[in-house]
Amino acid sequence: MVQINFVRSVMEEQQAPPAATTGFLGWIRQNLFSSPLNAILTLLSLGFVAWLLAHSLPWIISPTWRATSLNECREILMGEGGACWGVIRERWLQLMFGFYPSELYWRPILAFLLLLIAVAPILFTGVPRRVLVFSAVYPFLMPWLLWGGPIWGPVVAGLGFVIGFYAHQFLKPIAGGLAAILTGVLLAILWWLFLAGPTASALSSVLPLALQSVESRAFGGFMLSITIGVVAIALSLPIGIVLALGRQSNLLIVRSLAVGFIEFIRGVPLITLLFVASTLLNIFMPPGTNFDIVLRVIIMVTLFASAYMAEVVRGGLAALPKGQYEAADALGLDFWMANRLIIMPQALKISIPGIVSTFIGVFKDTTLVSIIGLLDPLGLSNAIRADQAWNGIVWELYGFIALLFFVFCFSMSRYSMYLERKLQTGHR
Amino acid sequence: MASLTDPPKESFRLGMLIYDTRYRSLTIQIVALFVFMIFAAWLINNTLANLAEQGKTIGFGFLSDPAGYDINQRLLDYSSQSTHWRAAFIGLLNTLLVAFMGCITATIIGVIVGVLRLSNNWIVARLMTVYVEAFRNVPVLLWIVFTMAIMIETLPAPRAFKGENPTANMVLFDSVAFTNRGVYIPEPLFSRGLGDLPVLPDRDSPACAAPEAGAPLNDSCGVFQISLDLILIVAVLAAGLYGSSRIKKRADRIQNATGDRPTTWYLRLGVVLVPLAIVLAILGFHLGYPQLKGFNFSGGTYLRNSLIALWLALSLYTAAFIAEIVRAGILAISSGQTEAAAALGLRSNRIMSLVILPQALRVIIPPLISNYLNLTKNSSLAIAVGYMDITGTLGGITMNQTGRELECVLLLMLVYLAISLSISGIMNWYNDRVKLVER
Repeated sequence: MVQINFVRSVMEEQQAPPAATTGFLGWIRQNLFSSPLNAILTLLSLGFVAWLLAHSLPWIISPTWRATSLNECREILMGEGGACWGVIRERWLQLMFGFYPSELYWRPILAFLLLLIAVAPILFTGVPRRVLVFSAVYPFLMPWLLWGGPIWGPVVAGLGFVIGFYAHQFLKPIAGGLAAILTGVLLAILWWLFLAGPTASALSSVLPLALQSVESRAFGGFMLSITIGVVAIALSLPIGIVLALGRQSNLLIVRSLAVGFIEFIRGVPLITLLFVASTLLNIFMPPGTNFDIVLRVIIMVTLFASAYMAEVVRGGLAALPKGQYEAADALGLDFWMANRLIIMPQALKISIPGIVSTFIGVFKDTTLVSIIGLLDPLGLSNAIRADQAWNGIVWELYGFIALLFFVFCFSMSRYSMYLERKLQTGHR
Repeated sequence: MASLTDPPKESFRLGMLIYDTRYRSLTIQIVALFVFMIFAAWLINNTLANLAEQGKTIGFGFLSDPAGYDINQRLLDYSSQSTHWRAAFIGLLNTLLVAFMGCITATIIGVIVGVLRLSNNWIVARLMTVYVEAFRNVPVLLWIVFTMAIMIETLPAPRAFKGENPTANMVLFDSVAFTNRGVYIPEPLFSRGLGDLPVLPDRDSPACAAPEAGAPLNDSCGVFQISLDLILIVAVLAAGLYGSSRIKKRADRIQNATGDRPTTWYLRLGVVLVPLAIVLAILGFHLGYPQLKGFNFSGGTYLRNSLIALWLALSLYTAAFIAEIVRAGILAISSGQTEAAAALGLRSNRIMSLVILPQALRVIIPPLISNYLNLTKNSSLAIAVGYMDITGTLGGITMNQTGRELECVLLLMLVYLAISLSISGIMNWYNDRVKLVER
C-alpha cells in the first residue's frame, strides 16, 4: 500500500517577515501610509504641525526675559515677531497671589503645602492613616492661614463639631441613636449661635494668638482660583451625596425638594448665580449683615457644584444592581449603614470619572469670578494691561494662564484614570 | 386568653413618631417641610426688610420704560427708545442665535474629531488627542477672550481694504470680508419679495398706518415682523422634505415586499431642490455683496467679531467634549455587530446607518443633550466680549441702569431655566424615539 499521508519530521526554518512589515519602515507603512486617503491625511497633518511649529517656536523662544516694558521688549526684538516673556517674569507673583501682601506670601504657600499633606491620605492608600486627623483639622487651619486674624475663631468653630460628636457618643447608649444625633446637632448649633462668639473673644483677650489679618480684596490670582476651587470641591461631594440620596428617596417631600434644587441650579448658568453672590446674597441676609465677597462666591460655587455632583452620584446609584440594595436589607442593615457599607462604596467607585470631571469643571469655572470683578488670573491680566508698561500685551498672559490651568486640570484627569485602574475589581 | 402569636395591640405613643417606621417617614417629611418653609420665610422676610430699608419696591413696571442704550448686534428692529422688555427680547434672540449656531458646528466638529481620534493613522489620532485635551483642560472663558483677541489683533482693519493696492483682500470672489470689526458676508435679497408680516401689530401707532400701494410696511410696526419670503421658502422646503420621506417609505415598502430597493436618491433630491429653485427664481433671489464705502463696509450681513469669537470658542470647546462622547459611543459597539452585519451581506454604508449608528446613538444622545445645555449656558459668558445676549442686556446694562437686581436676576434665571428645560425636553423626546426597546 502506498503511503500517501505526510508527516513533517523536521520543521522548516522560519523565514524573516517581509522587510516592509517590520521595524520602523513597517510601522510607518502601517500607521501612516496604509491607504491613499491615509497618506493624504498624514501629509496634511505633517504640514499643519510643521506650519504650527514654524510659526510658534520662534515666537516662544525669544530672548525677552529681562524686558521690563513692552517698548523695551520691542527694542530687543528689533522688529521681529516674538513673545515678551518679561511680563511673566515681572508679574508672575501677582498672577499667583494677586495683591496679597508680599511679606505674607509664606501663608498661602504654607496653606497649599499643608493642603497637599491633608489630601494625601485621601488620594493615596499608601499614606499612614493617622494623617487623616490632620485632614480633619485642615479645614479650620486653612481659612486662618489665608485670612489671618485670631486663631480662636477657627478653633471655636471646630470645637462645635467636637461638642456635637462627644454629645452623640455620650448619649447614644442612654437615649438611643436618633435622639443622640439630634441632641448632638442641636448642641453644636447652640454652641455656634450663642457661645462661640463670646468664647472666642474671651480667649483672644486672654491669649492673643493672631496673624495679621488680610482682607478678601487682596486675594487674587491662582491663589483665589485654588481657594474657591478647593473649598467648593471639598464641600460639594458630601452635599452632592446627600442631595442624590434625597432625590432617590421615596419620601415625596424630601424628593421634590431635592429635585427642585438640583434642576434649578443645573438649569441656570453659573454667571447668574455669581450675580446673586455679588448683588443679592446680602439682601437675603438679615439687615446689616455684610459678609465677604469671596465667601459669598464660595457659597454660590459650592451650591452650583453640589447640584452637578448630585447628578453624577445619582448616576452611580442608578447603575448599581438592585440586588445590592436588597442584600443590604436582607442583612438587616438600616438606611445609613446600608449606604455607608454597601451602596456608597460601589456607587462612588462607578462615578469616579464623573466626579473628577465635575471637579475639573468647577476649577475651570472659577475663572468666571473675573466677570463680577474679582481678580482671578483672567481679571489680573486686564489689570496688568492697564499698566502703562504692559499696555497691549495679550498672548503671553493668556498663554501662561492657559498653561497653568492645563497643568492643574490635566493632572486631575490623569489621577482619575489612575484611581479607576486601582479600584477596578475586574467585574466586567 | 390572647394567643401568643398575636402581640398586644399597642396604643399610639409619641415615641412611635420617631421609632416606628410606619410613622417615621411621615415625621421626617413634615420636619423637612417645616424647616424648608421656615428657611424660605426667613429669606423672604430678610429680603423685604432690606428692600424697605433701601426704599425699593418689587415690581416689573420698569421693564416698560425706554432702555436708553443701543444693541449693536440684533436680529430685530431696536433703537435706544425701545423698552427694556424689547432689549431683553433682542438679547434672548441673540442668546438663542449663538446657542443654535454653536450646537450645529460643535456637533459637526465633534463627530469628525471623535471619528478621527479612532483613526488608525497615528499622527492624525495624536493630533486630535492634543486638540481634545487642550480644549477640555482650559477654561472656556479663556478660550472666548483668546479668540476675541485673535479676531482683534490679527485681522486687518476695514481701511486696509481701501486704495489701489490694499493690504487686505476680500475672499471668495470678493464676497466675504474678514475685518477686525467682524465678518461681512453676502445677504440674501429678493427683487420681487412679498414683504413682511407684522406680528401683534399695534393698530393705533402711526407706524402701522396702511402703506401706500406697493410700499413696504414700516419696520417698526408690530412687535416684530416676519418675512413672508422666509415663510414661503420654509414651507416649500418642508413640503419637499415631506415628499422625500414619502418616497423613502415607499422604497422601504417595496424592499420589504420584493427584496429589491429601487434607486431613489435623484427623486428624493429633486423633490426637495426643484420646487425650492423655482420659488427662489420667482422671488428674484440674489445676493447683496458687502461694499467698501468710506472707512467701513456697507451692505451684506455684518457679523460682529464678538459674535464670531463667542461662536467659534464655544463650538471648539464643546466639540472637544462631543468628540469624547462620540468616541465612547463608537467604542461601546462591539466589533461583532459589524461582523454580523457584514455576514448578512450589508454594504459598509448600510452597516453604519442600520447597525452601528442606531446603537451608538443610544449611548451618545443623553450626554450630547447635556453638552448642548452646557453650550447654551456657557453662551452667557458673552458678557466678557461684549456680545449683547440676554445676560448682557437684562443682566448687564438694564440691571445696572435701573438698580433692580432682584427682578432682573430672577427674570434672567427664569429665562435660562425655560431654555434649559425646553432643550432637554426636545432632546429627551428624540432620545425616546431612537432608544432601542429592551426586553
